[in-house]
Amino acid sequence: MVIYGVYIVNKSGGLIFNLDHNLPKIETEKTFSYPLDINLEYEPKRISVSFGQRDGINVGHHLISVNGIMVNGGTLEDGRDVKEIIESKDNYPLTLKFSRPKMTTNEKIFLASMFYPLFAIASQLSPEPKSSGIEILEADTFKLHCFQTLTGVKFMIFAENLQAGVDVLLRRIYELYADYVLKNPFYSLEMPIRCELFDTNLQALLDQVEKGGVASI
Amino acid sequence: MSRQSSRLDTKKVNSELLTLTYGALVSQMLRDFENVDDVNKQLDRIGFNMGLRLIEDFLARTGSGRCLDMRETADKIQLAFRMYLNVQPTISNWAASADEFSLIFDTNPLTEFVELPADYQQLRYSSILCGCIRGALEMVQLEVQCWFSQDQLKGDATTEIRVKFVRRLEDAVPAGED
Repeated sequence: MVIYGVYIVNKSGGLIFNLDHNLPKIETEKTFSYPLDINLEYEPKRISVSFGQRDGINVGHHLISVNGIMVNGGTLEDGRDVKEIIESKDNYPLTLKFSRPKMTTNEKIFLASMFYPLFAIASQLSPEPKSSGIEILEADTFKLHCFQTLTGVKFMIFAENLQAGVDVLLRRIYELYADYVLKNPFYSLEMPIRCELFDTNLQALLDQVEKGGVASI
Repeated sequence: MSRQSSRLDTKKVNSELLTLTYGALVSQMLRDFENVDDVNKQLDRIGFNMGLRLIEDFLARTGSGRCLDMRETADKIQLAFRMYLNVQPTISNWAASADEFSLIFDTNPLTEFVELPADYQQLRYSSILCGCIRGALEMVQLEVQCWFSQDQLKGDATTEIRVKFVRRLEDAVPAGED
């Protein structure tokens, strides 16, 4: 029973809440000698592995530190250029740490707003009239469940493929939203949700589901 | 009214608490504005803003679907009054075109201890209810007009709220339902 995240999108398509619940964190640190046996791709904002996957360092992972010093874009925290360090033989052995890329808040907002037109297109593509939009989107490693309320707010849950009863959970989250977000006089409609009570109650609900299954709520 | 343990056990408060709090609000507003028309307007606006939020609570709690005619809407409004104010208005006086009906209240919990002073005869004391109905329905893409046509406070036998359907807000209907 794993739930990876909860997203709420308002009726104009903006992301107003997101929670990463149980994303496994993958970080691998390894000492390399010259020449480096994996191919790195240097982009302005990040350095990622493009080829040569080994020891838990997979294609697509990002370089996050060199000899324990954090990497910030293309440079180290102390200002040295990462590409120069990695390409010069004198610096070896080098300890490099890679991790699975984390989504930034901006990327999340972008992707969540992207789902909005997909949902609308799906309902138009439907061969049957009066179809709803996407309710479940299934992939190899996760399933996205979406519930749209009559007022147009979308609640999304990313969960493990086998997770059952997510629709019940979605409706419970809707209740929490009605209780702790909308009854909060300091919350303005359609704006990002920053309500501590909602956070704690949602967290408690998700923990309960993971422990006891959906039947326990 | 949040639920802690089970979904059906809602927190209940004595209706007198609501009556008195509402009374305090209205009398404070009369003091602040000095103009009864402004108070009417503000009460309606407060109700409207409450309705915008309250509808989500209603939908989350009852799980009701979209209404496709006014009769269904009337039933849902009746249910909502039972849930939130514990009174059951009667639905009657349907217009021939089925787009206008009345909610008739034998008692109105908001006016339980209230007498209207002679110089406030223009005050629509409970107009927060009209605003609330209007706000809630707007969120589910129904535009309505809503007003008091009778009021026990003004000597009528019953309290009557008229609700008139204006139009469906087509451009606001969420994708996947239009």
